[in-house]
Amino acid sequence: MWLNFSAVVRRDLLLSFRRRADVLASFFFFVLVVLLFPLSVGPESALLKTIAPGIVWVAALLASTLALSRLFAADFADGTLEQMLLSPEPLSVIVLAKITSHWLVSGLPLVLLSPLIGLQFGLAGDALVALFYSLLIGTPVLSLIGAIGAALTLGARNGGVLVSLLVLPLYIPVLIFGADAVVTQIMGNSGSAQLMLLGAMLASALALAPWATAAALRVSVE
Amino acid sequence: MVTETSPSPKLVPTAGSRNRWFAYASPAVFYPLAGKLIPWFFALAALLTCVGLYIGFFIAPTDFQQGDSYRIIFLHVPAAWMSMVIYLAMAFWAVIGLVFNTRLSSMMASALAPTGTMFTFLALWTGSLWGKPTWGTWWVWDARLTSYLILLFLYIGFISLQAALDDARRADKAGAVLALVGVVNIPIIYFSVQWWNTLHQGSSISFTAAPTMVATMLWGMLIMALAFWAYSIAAALTRVRCIILEREKRSDWVRELVEKQS
Repeated sequence: MWLNFSAVVRRDLLLSFRRRADVLASFFFFVLVVLLFPLSVGPESALLKTIAPGIVWVAALLASTLALSRLFAADFADGTLEQMLLSPEPLSVIVLAKITSHWLVSGLPLVLLSPLIGLQFGLAGDALVALFYSLLIGTPVLSLIGAIGAALTLGARNGGVLVSLLVLPLYIPVLIFGADAVVTQIMGNSGSAQLMLLGAMLASALALAPWATAAALRVSVE
Repeated sequence: MVTETSPSPKLVPTAGSRNRWFAYASPAVFYPLAGKLIPWFFALAALLTCVGLYIGFFIAPTDFQQGDSYRIIFLHVPAAWMSMVIYLAMAFWAVIGLVFNTRLSSMMASALAPTGTMFTFLALWTGSLWGKPTWGTWWVWDARLTSYLILLFLYIGFISLQAALDDARRADKAGAVLALVGVVNIPIIYFSVQWWNTLHQGSSISFTAAPTMVATMLWGMLIMALAFWAYSIAAALTRVRCIILEREKRSDWVRELVEKQS
């Protein structure tokens, strides 16, 4: 099972690196959206510091929903997905491998860039650490839950907007606790309670989302 | 009201056979049954609404703190209860359709969704109207209100997903997966006032203790809840009859029905 998992991860990473433009597009979208806010609300540093956690988190959500269509679309188009459904390996493992490689190329860059963005908004010290950890734990949850939406809307009309409509309500708890972890840290208290709740969400998403995604794939590829 | 003949004998098993009730899983057999039930449930809903609103406006006493503005509770709470019950019913039928591959169960789930959306919107709107004079604000982002707003978007997402997929069976099953994923929101809404510090008040009614409100208020709310329940059943049955006619339009019994109409 581990061989299967690592083979799919390696394959998807290789495919993503061959199409670097697709991957970088959602990354640059994240950076652009974050940049729009200081331009629109003005450069007053106290205001920026207050809204920074919310902005970074919302931009991460939007970038995540944009990147979701890449998860299964290419494999669906050329028939590889059908072969994955027919394979004797458990579909949940294959799905988890695809989600992992998807997070590595679209979620992890956001996490690594976040301290820099936090600095731009005037966050410092513990708040930056809290922002980093909240995104580190939260973005995999976004990829896991988003995969369910991507699987349900595979090949559907208006799929991009539809997947956002389906998945953003489910993202809201992650957003609330992720942003709150940073806000609490900025105010001087420890954001660890929110981070632990995020960790709980990650644990349950890891356990349940691949199974739900596999069920959704079987529904969509019939 | 469309008059229709009962389905041909071969569709209904003989009396005394074990799976007599399962015959109603066939859209052709269920269609006339639903047709007979609808007027009764609409009548019951109308009657209970009159009784409930009479109790609410004329019999229940004026509240000590809120005066008469609290009377919107007779719409707000029953609508909120119904929206959650309908979501559970919708998820239940959708999962039955997914697991047992029955068409009618999924049609029932699709029929329940718009009614649930309407009640969710009604509860949100009446809650807002109630919040302004009592809390001083139209809205607050506490746990109860936020999770309830998520319920509205879950309903809208369910309807949009089924609308976007052309293949009816795929739409049924995809909606079932989505409804099942969203059902985790219902306990969160219900327990949110216990788990978090919310502006929305806690439960006055529980299964384990006596209610903390006046008996007439409680009875008014319960009767309005039953009224909304009867209405939901009537509306869902009406809608499912339309869905049955659309989905089964190529079958003989629908063709005969349409011919008889014209």
